[in-house]
Amino acid sequence: MSTLINTKYDRRKRRTQGIAFWVFRLMSLAVVAILVWILGFLVVKGIGVVNWEFLTSMPEDGMTKGGILPAIVGTLCLVAGSMVFAFPIGVMSGIYINEYAPNNWLVKFIRVMTNNLSSIPSIVFGLFGMALFVNTLGFGDSILAGSLTLGLLVLPVVIRTTEEALKAIDNSYRNASLALGATKLQTIRKVVLPMAFPNIITGLILSVGRVSGETAPILFTVAAYFLPKLPTSIFDQVMALPYHLYVLATSGTDIQASRPMAYGTALVLILIVLLINLLANGLRAWFGKKVKTN
Amino acid sequence: MVSGGVTSVTILLIVFFLFREGIGLFGSPAVEQGYVVAVNQENTVRDLSPVQLKDVFDSKIANWSQLGGADEPIVVFRLNDIEQYVSYEELGDELQFIPQCLSKIIAEHPGMIAFFPDTYLSPDFAGKLIDRRNITPGEFFLGDEWFPTATPAPLFGIVPLVTGTLWVSLAAILFALPLGMAVAIYMAELSNDKVRKILKPVIELLAGIPSVVYGFFGLVVIVPLIQRVFGLPVGETALAGSVILAIMALPTIITVAEDSIRNVPRSVREASLALGATQWQTIRRVVLPYSVSGIMAAVVLGIGRAIGETMAVLMVTGNSAIIPHGLLEPVRTIPATIAAELGEAPNGGVHYEALFLLGCILFVITLLISITAEMMAAGKPKQQI
Repeated sequence: MSTLINTKYDRRKRRTQGIAFWVFRLMSLAVVAILVWILGFLVVKGIGVVNWEFLTSMPEDGMTKGGILPAIVGTLCLVAGSMVFAFPIGVMSGIYINEYAPNNWLVKFIRVMTNNLSSIPSIVFGLFGMALFVNTLGFGDSILAGSLTLGLLVLPVVIRTTEEALKAIDNSYRNASLALGATKLQTIRKVVLPMAFPNIITGLILSVGRVSGETAPILFTVAAYFLPKLPTSIFDQVMALPYHLYVLATSGTDIQASRPMAYGTALVLILIVLLINLLANGLRAWFGKKVKTN
Repeated sequence: MVSGGVTSVTILLIVFFLFREGIGLFGSPAVEQGYVVAVNQENTVRDLSPVQLKDVFDSKIANWSQLGGADEPIVVFRLNDIEQYVSYEELGDELQFIPQCLSKIIAEHPGMIAFFPDTYLSPDFAGKLIDRRNITPGEFFLGDEWFPTATPAPLFGIVPLVTGTLWVSLAAILFALPLGMAVAIYMAELSNDKVRKILKPVIELLAGIPSVVYGFFGLVVIVPLIQRVFGLPVGETALAGSVILAIMALPTIITVAEDSIRNVPRSVREASLALGATQWQTIRRVVLPYSVSGIMAAVVLGIGRAIGETMAVLMVTGNSAIIPHGLLEPVRTIPATIAAELGEAPNGGVHYEALFLLGCILFVITLLISITAEMMAAGKPKQQI
């Protein structure tokens, strides 16, 4: 490639390239800097607030003191509820699309629909959840209604990760199993699913991250402004971390006084997301190694 | 195992419920349910649009001649004004004579327009009721005032909300595109594995941060920053929204654009290099034009993400429902309006229906965007390269 003819034109085009590439490097650095800025800011401001007591006590004094226990418990309930709903359906749906469905217009249509479902804004899910679960089915503002709404929201994520996990498995495994006389269902259960399991679990973890941070879908389906007690049934309203942060930041009784609480809540939320991402990446790497050594 | 269609069913359900709740708006009376607007018998004006009604009751229109009637100053009457016209004795001990009094007051004042509950309408009412009419699609889609709590007639013109949404989203893409493209090119063409191992998780994390945290960050960092830099009375502006949205749209743009750049066949790239082009020339003249459909898809998806984003925008844009003339003004977007107002809108009321209709619009817009992006990404690269 390098002919070493050092013409003027040659030098100029190399200089242009040098400048362009430096711009790209700086831009990429800028993106890293943005993340560091956001994380750093929240950690510095929030670290003094977050301690064991903050995590395990009720909010007090118009949410300017105390902790965020009910919001944490509420978010856990919503995560669990939405996963109970979305995970089995999503995985089955993914299996159907990848293993069973014939390659016809119907399946193409389903795939397009799945894609579109994931592009619908979360506030629209909130409206839908309110119209269907809260009003029409009469669940009221409840964990059930909120979980179902959030479940629908992450359904495309679960379906797509399942599909991709299944697609990554070489057909020779399926054929080998079928050749040994296994039925299709046996093949899927005993051969395909165990191999795809790590990636499916990674998808599950990522959707947990998504669910725990969503605010708009729970605004009108479950979230309580202030409710200093723990839920006792799936028809209870709960507080939730993201909505709690929104309330603290914009509409608390005394916004300045509740700022530290807001920083603490933001930090907890960010930490959850960080942990989940680390966990997903770690699992991916760990399982990847395991499959190779086998 | 026939659960494959569950997403399709969900979408159909969403369409059904959203439209069912929203479409009722056009069957609803423009004047608040249970209330009437009445004028003097002699008045020739019989039909008033919600905008005219609001202007009348805000005293912006002061004479009937402006509305095509006689030259008569308008006297606005609400039920609490009744004491100025009649004494307590006339109203009766249990206020049982209110209907008769209302009828009398309106008959005595030729320029009066009155707004009161229809339960106070006496059978022998001496005035004339303004025609009851329904909210029209024209008023909804073309109206330039969003005033859902105005009495007697709430205004549901979505133009300010749509323009607000477009301003914020398009500006966000303008900010995010150069940055996103640069990073995508860097990751796909230049960086080594080590750098990629850092950048990839960074972008995943940016995508994973909840929108409410972005909103909070914007509120406590970006908003004061903008206020100081531009010397504004308030920092909650369209600009603040676009900056936050730009950061939020970055991961989408980077991932999609990077994929499409990576998909450029090696042979195309090598052909260019073999002709003596530098790597940069190859990227600019060969790789980018080749992957233009994917890059367009990235832009469109980024816009889609920005348009639908709720919480972050709600927290930083100041939420005033007026048509913006620049980035340094407060705006209100469609999703932010839904989030902010649905809690206060009575279930099943006109306001509630209007918000659901906004949801329908949002749904249709994002659906169109996602279909466009899909078609773009599937589009074949130009052959003549």
